Amino acid sequence: MKHTISVIVENKPGVLSRVAGLFARRGFNIESLAVGVTDDPSVSRMTIVAEGDERDLEQITKQLHKLIDTLKVFDIPRELSAERELALIKVAVNEKNRGEITQIVEIFRARIIDVAEDSMTVEITGEESKVEGIIKLLRRFGIKEMVRGGKIALQRGGAE
Amino acid sequence: MEITGAEALLESLKKEGVEIIFGYPGGQVLPLYDALYSEKDIKHILVRHEQGAAHAADGYARATGKVGVCLATSGPGATNLVTGIANAYMDSIPMVAITGQVPTMLLGRDSFQEADVVGITMPITKHNFLIKKIEDLPRIVKEAFYIAKSGRPGPVSIDIPKDIFTGKLKFSYPEKVEIPSYKPNLKGHPKQISLAAKAIAQSKKPVLYVGGGVISAEASAELKQLAEKCGIPVTVTMMGLGAFPDSNKLALGMLGMHGTASANYAVTDCDLLIAVGARFDDRVTGHIPRFAPHAQIIHIDIDPAEIGKNVRVDIPIVGNVRSVLKELLEKLGPKENHKDWIEQIEEWKRKYPLSYKKDGLKPQFVIEEFCALTRDRETIIVTEVGQNQMWTAQFYKFEKPRTWISSGGLGTMGFGLPAANGAQFGRPDAIVADFAGDGSIQMNIQELTTAVNNRLPIKIFVLDNSYLGMVRQWQELIYQHHYSHTDLANNPDLVKIAEAYGCAAKRVEKPEEVRAALEWSLTIKDRPCLIDFVIAREENVFPFVPPGQAINEMILD
Repeated sequence: MKHTISVIVENKPGVLSRVAGLFARRGFNIESLAVGVTDDPSVSRMTIVAEGDERDLEQITKQLHKLIDTLKVFDIPRELSAERELALIKVAVNEKNRGEITQIVEIFRARIIDVAEDSMTVEITGEESKVEGIIKLLRRFGIKEMVRGGKIALQRGGAE
Repeated sequence: MEITGAEALLESLKKEGVEIIFGYPGGQVLPLYDALYSEKDIKHILVRHEQGAAHAADGYARATGKVGVCLATSGPGATNLVTGIANAYMDSIPMVAITGQVPTMLLGRDSFQEADVVGITMPITKHNFLIKKIEDLPRIVKEAFYIAKSGRPGPVSIDIPKDIFTGKLKFSYPEKVEIPSYKPNLKGHPKQISLAAKAIAQSKKPVLYVGGGVISAEASAELKQLAEKCGIPVTVTMMGLGAFPDSNKLALGMLGMHGTASANYAVTDCDLLIAVGARFDDRVTGHIPRFAPHAQIIHIDIDPAEIGKNVRVDIPIVGNVRSVLKELLEKLGPKENHKDWIEQIEEWKRKYPLSYKKDGLKPQFVIEEFCALTRDRETIIVTEVGQNQMWTAQFYKFEKPRTWISSGGLGTMGFGLPAANGAQFGRPDAIVADFAGDGSIQMNIQELTTAVNNRLPIKIFVLDNSYLGMVRQWQELIYQHHYSHTDLANNPDLVKIAEAYGCAAKRVEKPEEVRAALEWSLTIKDRPCLIDFVIAREENVFPFVPPGQAINEMILD
């Protein structure tokens, strides 16, 4: 089962490597990871998507908490999670399909952020299923390049 | 007034109460050694290999309960510490390892003797630091010592570039530690403690399963109170030897792979297992689904990550073991005696005592004789790793904490001799004896020089079977007698080697010579002494739980 884990850490050099190393060493796979500074510049927030059962989750949460630089660790349950992914997709275009692609982009409420003679770059933000959806539709035109950011998530409603 | 970083480091160590450091000089620590040249309050012990420095600091920490400190130069100096740091990490020993590093402007350029010490030691330290700004030095040293000794203890490394040693700062040492992200939880949850008290009161067949956490938390007295108040038999892990007196009627001895039959049967049969400062290591549990299959499990530990890591736990209590045991004792009612259960255990003890055949010179006999000789004297027993370690764990009787020093989790051959040195520095009046094998003694034999130069009266008893005995035992029992690369019949003459280093030394080949030789070793007070006991070559350690088996499925002899 996939889990979304938020890790609040001191914004210090080497912290990312401590967290990533811990996952590798304890045999937990990271599916995606996003890091950024929080409202407080001395604190960073990592959002990690990892695969494992409840026991794995409990163990990795505790091990993460044990790192001296970790302030807080919590799992965001799927039903309470407000989550987003970002992807940039460079699609091959020609005179004939340009219109069709633009239509797909509009339906998905994505944006075109770069246009060239033979390509367009599409920016999409949304839940994982939405990102997967547009990728699937654009694939038949030929994806020249693509980059996806790690998932970020907050718990819905009040305090966590 | 401004002082150098090197001087500031020494001042900081003094503020932490450090009296002794074990180290080896090199290029990047030259400025620190220059400061040590005129240092009066901190004793620096020159080892002969950095691994010896780390193990000596470790042995010192285990014998005294203080933080051990070791020091090495950058690159190879630092990497030679690594085994010793990993060893301390696995056994939760408080240690601060200080390493020199190339100057900050040369970092990351594959400079001469540069190694990424922070990267290398990350998985084997509780935490580590690279000092990049001189003004951070006092705070980092303060934090390093605090982290090493608080909560679940462990090693912390501090990597210090050469220009930090030579730079200047206005020195002031912080009074308090402020690490917002590190707040070890010391007090157990009262509701959980009440649940545990209830479970103990209801239990008919309880067993206390005790690990090294009881020793590091100094909780032996509380443990004994609990065991005696409620009539609960006690088994200890290898790390827990000494936490509960072996002579006590309730003592079951060690459990697990080479544990006593009575301990393993008791754990398998019990209805309540109270784990105290222990971590359900695979050498203890054997086949996990059949470990304590009928028991409700209480797990008391300072480290929340240990709870539920290897086995399911019914009543977890996170906190300092001593504080939790104290509160538990308050909540427990009048004395229980568990008469039937204790009788059953007595029967197992009578039926399956630790034993060996008394033909030829047997290692167990040497250990029993030394135990008898030193019973009423302050004695610290150190071991190497392998059969020597297990025989000593089984046949020496430990009465007090911090009298047993052995590499548990990592199983480091070559640990014993330097650890014995460290222990003797920490406890100069105690008898310190290292029970060694002929394989492991050769792994850090250069540390004999450290012992000789400091006139340490450590005793080294080599149980010499000219084999890597434990591996050979596995080859005999599991690999059809294929003694692949375990025959050490071409060993050098260990007596001559010891003498060449300046130790007193002799060889013993007959059982009737054992007592006199051991007595002789106790008369030597001004240098180390090595006795090469030529033991029965193919003696095995029994009981033995073959890997993958349940712990009640022992090979008894």
